[in-house]
Amino acid sequence: MVTLIETQTQDYPAATDELPALVDLADSPVRDLNQALHEALDGQSWTVENPGGKHSLAVGIDAGVSVTINGHAGYYAAGMHQKGEVTINGNAGVGLAENIMSGKVHVKGDASQSAAATGHGGLVVIDGNAGARCGISMKGVDIVVGGNIGHMSAFMAQAGRLVVCGDAGDALGDSIYEARIYVKGTVASLGADCIEKPMKAEHLEELAGLLAAAGRTDDPADFKRYGSARNLYHFSVHNSTSY
Amino acid sequence: MTITSLGAPSALPARQVEELGLRESATFDRATIADIQRAAATGVYDIRGWGAKRKVPHFDDLLFLGASMSRYPLEGYREKCDTDVVLGDRYASKPLHLQTPVTIAGMSFGALSANAKEALGRGASEVGTSTTTGDGGMTPEERGQSKHLVYQYLPSRYGMNPDDLRKADAIEVVLGQGAKPGGGGMLLGQKITERVAGMRTLPVGIDQRSASRHPDWTGPDDLEIKIGELREITDWKTPIYVKIGASRPYYDTALAVKAGADVVVVDGMQGGTAATQQVFIENVGIPTLAAIPQAVQALQELGLHRKVQLIVSGGIRTGADVAKAMALGADAVAIGTAALIALGDNDPRYAAEYAAMGSAAGFYDDFQAGRDPAGITTQDPELSSRLDPIEGGRRLANYLRVLTMEAQTIARACGKSHLRNLEPEDLVALTIEASAMARVPLAGTSWIPGAK
Repeated sequence: MVTLIETQTQDYPAATDELPALVDLADSPVRDLNQALHEALDGQSWTVENPGGKHSLAVGIDAGVSVTINGHAGYYAAGMHQKGEVTINGNAGVGLAENIMSGKVHVKGDASQSAAATGHGGLVVIDGNAGARCGISMKGVDIVVGGNIGHMSAFMAQAGRLVVCGDAGDALGDSIYEARIYVKGTVASLGADCIEKPMKAEHLEELAGLLAAAGRTDDPADFKRYGSARNLYHFSVHNSTSY
Repeated sequence: MTITSLGAPSALPARQVEELGLRESATFDRATIADIQRAAATGVYDIRGWGAKRKVPHFDDLLFLGASMSRYPLEGYREKCDTDVVLGDRYASKPLHLQTPVTIAGMSFGALSANAKEALGRGASEVGTSTTTGDGGMTPEERGQSKHLVYQYLPSRYGMNPDDLRKADAIEVVLGQGAKPGGGGMLLGQKITERVAGMRTLPVGIDQRSASRHPDWTGPDDLEIKIGELREITDWKTPIYVKIGASRPYYDTALAVKAGADVVVVDGMQGGTAATQQVFIENVGIPTLAAIPQAVQALQELGLHRKVQLIVSGGIRTGADVAKAMALGADAVAIGTAALIALGDNDPRYAAEYAAMGSAAGFYDDFQAGRDPAGITTQDPELSSRLDPIEGGRRLANYLRVLTMEAQTIARACGKSHLRNLEPEDLVALTIEASAMARVPLAGTSWIPGAK
């Protein structure tokens, strides 16, 4: 699992003095954008105009680059992201930052379902709301949502942290493994094997760090912590009604 | 499952059974009785590996029509019969060019030992074909020994990362498996060692559930966008396969093509598995024989047969099976269970150890227990060290060569200078069921049940 500290201390060469490269998707295909990003060098900056909800924007980044998308993104924006930083000044579609490995993805608006699905590391920040299945099968990614999240979020979440500053929908953390969930608002219902757990000093400290990394000022003391009861870690016929 | 539940002889000698006039029920045979007794004793359904054991219409129910007067055969051992195949040239700029159309199906590190995965890579590479990762990610041993490696993109996304994606020669988006279409997996904790757990981001020793569907898409339109993402990440170089468990192959193939697949992989119900519920293995999905014509029909109607390649798996054992699958319209086949047997799975030399586990060579299927004496379906260091990956690779390469040569022999007899030239007209069926499923005439007739 990539920790928050590692995310913060990633050290890339300083950006060059050159102006950010501008890609206008009203004139250029997404293929050109992604090809350029795959050939980019650490420290470079890119600005994307007129994304128009196109899919697969800025996917497969593997360098310490900074990308700003001015507008709405479609499915799988910043998919399989590594090392760099992507900011979306708009909303994001299904599968935002799918399988993110490291680096940071920040959506200033809302995100659709399955945000940060299967993410292995890095930080995903959603200032607005996220849809259903946020953080599904998360494997080490940290997710901070400023608003609410939908049902079945963190389903089968294996590792990482999900922070929700608003409310959570039904079946939160269903079949959760070792991921940790912090929710400030209400939880409609908890899924199988997910329970509320005490907030200890180390959790308050961890949460404070996550909120700070997301640029938020919420008080960690207002949150509750949820995680696995670990009752379903081994198949047992006596638990058959839980599945 | 123990041998007693597979219909082994009862405690009474056969002669005594006859003398007493005892009659076994066809409905409640000894295997069924043993299953009921086991269920009553444990309260849990049987979980096992391998694949379907029931008899269903299969390639054995087809025969080739060797050439004589109306067709002209090629000289065996003299005239050339090529075997190479190109997979994934619809969109990818770097399709796979394999020397034989027999490939190795996806089997995970976790289900299999690292030595077994390495042996598969060595054997496949020696004959110029591909091997495939599985649910658990790519191991260095496998990548290092595999000239052509297909990286599976699975619902669980265990071990999935873009670095390995870029190292892959092809990507196989797995929607289903022949042994369990619609079902997820259950790798019991015995096999979740520190290394397996690390690759899957799970605690050591706990049961590992594999999801039945992908977490971030919900249908064919989403799949099209997902494939677009994978192509963008790999700069449109890498072929994208879509693997389906055979249940509705006509519709699933058409939708996979619509979603942009370069290659469609159809896995019939005789396909193997590391571990799932026996009731699933034996009762969900359709036979490989029935699946191929449906998939081919979909490709033909779209005008993309041979342009989007079709790989067929599920019960391939011999070169005759390979040739029959290709004659029905497949471009290549994949083997799983047969490859494990070639490595040494269920080898009689471990008879005493199989017996100690209540099984026998040829019957052992408790892969989920992680106690495989042959060192193949285990993570136990002592057991897995029994499999020499170099020797295992050599045995697999031998087997793959035999499959290829057997298929060539049949193809020459049918007058074909390339395996891909085999066609349905080279085949007849022995049974009405096989005739209807394979859509080839019943032997000695021109009748295909259901044909218009």
